[in-house]
Amino acid sequence: MSNPALLSVQQLSVQFRTRQGTVDAVRDVSFTLRKGQTIGIVGESGSGKSVTSYAIMRILDRAGLIASGSAVFGGIRLDQAPEDVMNELRGREISMIFQNPRAALNPIRTVGQQISDVLIEHAQATRASARHKAIEALQRVQIRNPEERYHAYPFELSGGMCQRIVIAMALACKPQILIADEPTTGLDVTTQRTVMDLIRDLTRESGMASILITHDLGLAGEYCDTIVVMERGLVVETGQAEDLFLRPQHPYTRKLVKATPHHAQSLRELLPDDGASRPEEVPASDSTSKKAVPLLDVVDLVKSFPRARGLRDWLHRRDPAPFLAVDRIRFQVFPGESVGLVGESGCGKSTTSAMISRLLEPTNGSIWFKGKDLSLIRSDQFTQSPMRAQIQMVFQDPTESLNPRETAAQSIADPLIHLLNLSSRDQIRTEVRKLAEQVGLEPELLSRLPHQLSGGQKARVGIARALASRPELLILDEPTAALDVSVQAVVLNLLADLKVRLGMSYLFVSHDLEVVRLLCERVIVMQSGRIVESGPTTHVFRAPQHEYTKTLLAAAPRFLEHTTK
Amino acid sequence: MAETLRHLRYVMAGNPVTFLAFSLFGLIVFMGIFGPMLVPYDPLASTPTGALKPPSWQHWFGTDQVGRDVFSRVVVATRLDLLISISAVGLSFLLGSILGAVSGFWGGWTDRILGRLLDTIMAFPLFVLAMGIVAASGNTIENIVIATAIINLPFYARVARAEVAIRRNAGWVQAAKLSGNNDLTILFGRVVPNILPPMMVQISLNMGWAILNAAGLSFIGLGVRPPTPEWGIMVAEGASYIVSGEWWLALFPGLALMTAVFTFNLMGDGLRDLVDPARRT
Repeated sequence: MSNPALLSVQQLSVQFRTRQGTVDAVRDVSFTLRKGQTIGIVGESGSGKSVTSYAIMRILDRAGLIASGSAVFGGIRLDQAPEDVMNELRGREISMIFQNPRAALNPIRTVGQQISDVLIEHAQATRASARHKAIEALQRVQIRNPEERYHAYPFELSGGMCQRIVIAMALACKPQILIADEPTTGLDVTTQRTVMDLIRDLTRESGMASILITHDLGLAGEYCDTIVVMERGLVVETGQAEDLFLRPQHPYTRKLVKATPHHAQSLRELLPDDGASRPEEVPASDSTSKKAVPLLDVVDLVKSFPRARGLRDWLHRRDPAPFLAVDRIRFQVFPGESVGLVGESGCGKSTTSAMISRLLEPTNGSIWFKGKDLSLIRSDQFTQSPMRAQIQMVFQDPTESLNPRETAAQSIADPLIHLLNLSSRDQIRTEVRKLAEQVGLEPELLSRLPHQLSGGQKARVGIARALASRPELLILDEPTAALDVSVQAVVLNLLADLKVRLGMSYLFVSHDLEVVRLLCERVIVMQSGRIVESGPTTHVFRAPQHEYTKTLLAAAPRFLEHTTK
Repeated sequence: MAETLRHLRYVMAGNPVTFLAFSLFGLIVFMGIFGPMLVPYDPLASTPTGALKPPSWQHWFGTDQVGRDVFSRVVVATRLDLLISISAVGLSFLLGSILGAVSGFWGGWTDRILGRLLDTIMAFPLFVLAMGIVAASGNTIENIVIATAIINLPFYARVARAEVAIRRNAGWVQAAKLSGNNDLTILFGRVVPNILPPMMVQISLNMGWAILNAAGLSFIGLGVRPPTPEWGIMVAEGASYIVSGEWWLALFPGLALMTAVFTFNLMGDGLRDLVDPARRT
């Protein structure tokens, strides 16, 4: 340990003033960051991991203050330094990458100019040399045609590209410490891999130290030397990445490691052992009992969106070729089966699910459901169709899918009133209670509004609402993407149980391959509107045929591979 | 109901400015309802011998050119001014929300036609438009209300359109469709209640504006006619006496007008907090 500490955080506590009095967001957090080291701060939402980094950068919002403790960087007390010293340090010595790259960039300035601005601000370049240096910076983050990209606006670039620009900006002044706050949330797995590799390579190259803040234990395990696990503002465990995975000491770490789906063999393995209420292992539905008649048969489904006519199209008096979001896909879902629909953002999987749930009009093709072609019923008339009750959907973001003015009970009662035509109050109340019980929602939560519920509870309300009309096909559009891993584990198990108990079929749309592997019997891989591969989950995961499937599988963080085997 | 009252108390306790605004509003409403019963003098009774007396213990705000008590007139005028502004704002809020919500929810041609129609209204200098409407349709209180409602309509429609448009593809709207609701119930039963918080801010800003507008119309001789007590007329009548030193004729109705506008503008945040479910704990 001859390597001196670059950043030393000692018993840092952060408090927030709220209407209910002061709240301790971070309590007594200590860690040391040395040159060339990468520390991962891992925890679920509300654990205080982001607040810790904001406190180090001194960018807490007005209600927050550092109550006690210290953060020392190169002899400077960051917690006490005057604002002008901090302004000097931010960006030049300590840089930060934020969660949403698009929000971190100024939408009306070109990306090159924005990098130049940073360089000039910290006196790393003059006006004359800034352009040249900015192009160099773009080159370093492996952006092709940096001269051309210099003039690009953020909206012209993909999410991954934007994150590279943000990294280029963060590294432009060659800082000593890089803090990355959930740098890959919202990015696809393949993009996540390239972005993380890039951060790792660049920090190594220039001997920087970095702090990676993430909720993804797998990601932290793959890219960090030391991991700090936080729960509700406290550090519960600190250790070498490998030790932490193999010998987690604290029960919370154990729960987190378990809930991370990498390499679990079944959904049950994700749940903590100690739970007395642990449900019985449900046998996977027997594939031989499957009837030959498919519940859902999608034939040559097409959705195209017209493109705007450009100037050249006007001159040639022609319409541009429409954009094919979904291109002649066909697949079947059998009764009692769950099928995973996998692909990266923009591959058309959400468009497909919207068409099947009849929220969107298909351009062409048919959707056969129980022997009827649903595509013949217009989507605005489908509400009145008796089929409406049979196909239901659970949405991606549990918060966004609940009306902020309706209580949980009202949300769940909605389909009962409109689809099952229940009208007696008592009947509705008992039915809502029954549904709440099915999804494990405490009855006293039913009178709460969405903002008074936690993410997991909101997800349960969404599921209960979808189950209310007793559907035969349930479309799950990334139902766990917005949830913490431990909540995800519980929700996935709930879904698996419900499927067996109620005999539903699932169409599970997701970008998370690990989750699909555990929940689905069959998987369909989509790329740019087309199905590139499909088959039984175990086959596809063990021996992927298509290039794209292989890339997808390789991109998922796989820390445990070399440690658990 | 008890829940709402508790929430009202919570909102007011949380913000002293809101508390002040709601107290002032309570006072104005109280004056509007009970003012005519409580005033010391008949607002229309003239006493030629006691004309143009400065404020005194007998006449708190002095007397006007025909000897009427200014204080009584200011208090009695509250009801008429409040009535005009509330009904005008209510009318434009109702129509504006409906038009805006419809064009924001369905978009397309509905949106384009309604949008251009509202643009046409906004293209006029609004006060001149109101003058024109009142002058053309007749000098009555109903017409003042209608004119004020028409010129305020586009602001509500704009806010409603924008707020509905950002919510029309929200997950919970889709979920409501899946639950078997038709578009109309979704729009007016679900989406519109959710845009109330920003609309409330618009209402309170507009309320002060509507009072000013009504008073302005009376000031230039349209709308309410003397001798009816109304703040705008009183300011107009009193204005000519300022040069000769009888300042109280115009000052007190002017102050009343100012207080009312000030109150409504301050109430915005409080109203928003009151209808925002996320503020409930």
